[in-house]
Amino acid sequence: MSAYESSIREPLIKGDKTYHQITQDIVRSTTGVPPMTWFAITGLTATFMTIGFIMIGYTVWMGIGTWGLNRTVGWAWDITNFVWWIGIGHAGTLISAILLIFRQRWRTGINRSAEAMTIFAVMCAGLFPAIHMGRLWLAFFIFPYPNTRGPLWPNWVSPLMWDVFAISTYFTVSLLFWYSGLLPDFATVRDQAKSKIRKFIYNKLSWGWTGSTKHWQRFESLSLVLAGLSTPLVLSVHTIVSFDFATSVIPGWHTTIFPPYFVAGAIFSGFAMVLTLMLITRKAFKLEDYITIGHIESMNKIIILTGSIVGIAYLTELFMAWYSGFPYEQFAFYNRALGPYWWAYWIMMFCNVVSPQLFWIKALRRNAAFTFLMSIVINIGMWFERFVIIATTLARDYLPSSWSYYTPTYVEILIFTGTLGLFFTLFLLFARAFPVVAIAEVKAILKTSGEKQKELHHHNGVEHH
Amino acid sequence: MEKFIVGLFDDDEVLMKAVKAVRSAGVKIHDVLTPYPIHGLDGAMGLKDSRLHTVGFIAGAAGAIGTLAFIIWTTTVSFPHNIGGKPFLALPAYVPITFEMTVLSASVTMVIAFFARCGLSLIKEPRIFDERTTDDKFAMIFSADEVDSNKVRELLKQNGAIEVNEKSFD
Repeated sequence: MSAYESSIREPLIKGDKTYHQITQDIVRSTTGVPPMTWFAITGLTATFMTIGFIMIGYTVWMGIGTWGLNRTVGWAWDITNFVWWIGIGHAGTLISAILLIFRQRWRTGINRSAEAMTIFAVMCAGLFPAIHMGRLWLAFFIFPYPNTRGPLWPNWVSPLMWDVFAISTYFTVSLLFWYSGLLPDFATVRDQAKSKIRKFIYNKLSWGWTGSTKHWQRFESLSLVLAGLSTPLVLSVHTIVSFDFATSVIPGWHTTIFPPYFVAGAIFSGFAMVLTLMLITRKAFKLEDYITIGHIESMNKIIILTGSIVGIAYLTELFMAWYSGFPYEQFAFYNRALGPYWWAYWIMMFCNVVSPQLFWIKALRRNAAFTFLMSIVINIGMWFERFVIIATTLARDYLPSSWSYYTPTYVEILIFTGTLGLFFTLFLLFARAFPVVAIAEVKAILKTSGEKQKELHHHNGVEHH
Repeated sequence: MEKFIVGLFDDDEVLMKAVKAVRSAGVKIHDVLTPYPIHGLDGAMGLKDSRLHTVGFIAGAAGAIGTLAFIIWTTTVSFPHNIGGKPFLALPAYVPITFEMTVLSASVTMVIAFFARCGLSLIKEPRIFDERTTDDKFAMIFSADEVDSNKVRELLKQNGAIEVNEKSFD
């Protein structure tokens, strides 16, 4: 049961906690009237979200001409935002699935919010390919249904079609994984509730969960298999996103390095977003005992790893462009670094390659304020990475006579800020109504990883069960 | 009216020993409710392994075969399309969608099976034996019709139960 864990290993739950204390600490944030600051921030993010939806409506009504796209630059902010959001989602699945398979106990403090983040990020991502189609009302053409046009089936060999299946599967599986994990915690909230209406709502949300041993047995089997399925799934999703570029015949896009490079970049930016959200959540809800500095350090270590992979990928691309001896490929990279979008390239290089290396210093890795700043810097950097790959490559293609420069219109900018608004609004609602830390999972590791429990263990000498 | 005897524990290791002791005394346990999953408890209670993963495997295999068969049918039988003389049957390019549909089919079916087999429902009211079992207490439950009440009370007390209560449902 409670397997021995070395006393050198940092405790994952600080302080002298009991099971009841854990319940109280985590259920607390869902009770009472939210503070004024919550209303103020939610009001602000909801305003951005509303403006974003109005701009989407405007785009659908007037057409894609309202955007800054032109003859050569057919993909710009829309696809940049799509790839950026979908990448952010990947950290949640990494934490909930891959770290579960590797039995990393530190995931329990952060997996719930990270999975919620995944779902909200995928929702934001999914908006862009849909509105990018222009004629949104014909979006159902992508589904293989019997039709009067032949029947004409979708193009199964197109990476854009693979994307449709990858994103919708990813969203569905993440949602199911997250919700099934929430059932026991909703039951805890229900049983702590005082008012009838609150009991009723949380009972429905928990689907009448009681914690029967047979149910737990099936629950464990379900989470393990879903984790096993999500692991290759998450890798496939960003691989397929990278195929959107890699299978085309555009210099700078047509490279086999893209799948691993995109997956590493996705996890890199996703962990940055998890840190942004977690640092605010732990402070606002006083969850420092559950989301400890140790958790933050572990995430920062993953940031160094994935950030370095991304850095090596950038350098490999440059090397291969030179080594290939292929003038178009060489020009594509010369143009990225020194062309009209040089500033975007160097923002990307600084934010993604140089800045995460500071995390080699332990004091910085364990500093919450510095980590927060870095998490924002990395997300800016990763946004620019996608912009550099997409827009700068398209702005300078084969024929110099069709070269162009792309600048976004206010419509595109407000749609992007609108998705930021949507993302944060959903997260704020989630943080108020749902248990933000997986209560049952934290209880399950209390005996092995609680601070007080570890001390007792240490004093009593090594016991075995 | 169904009557139950509810023995409450406050430690998982005490509970584990008690489950083994009660079972070796030949008393039938109706259920054990815990706030978090306790590894090995299902074995100690003599529960069979879950077959949920088998459901997942069958659904995944069906999803893979079904998707691949459908794509092959559309591109070779229903509407073969000559694009630059490329083959109608482009198997490697069907891999991504087949994979995604395998995962989707296995996951959705498993979750539905999980809800169905556990009897989780939005309509049925759950039987809540003690509200503390989702907080910090572990409950061992006996059906009053199946066991000798006095013997059960005695056994629970001996094996470290902190409370023994009765609970009835209509």
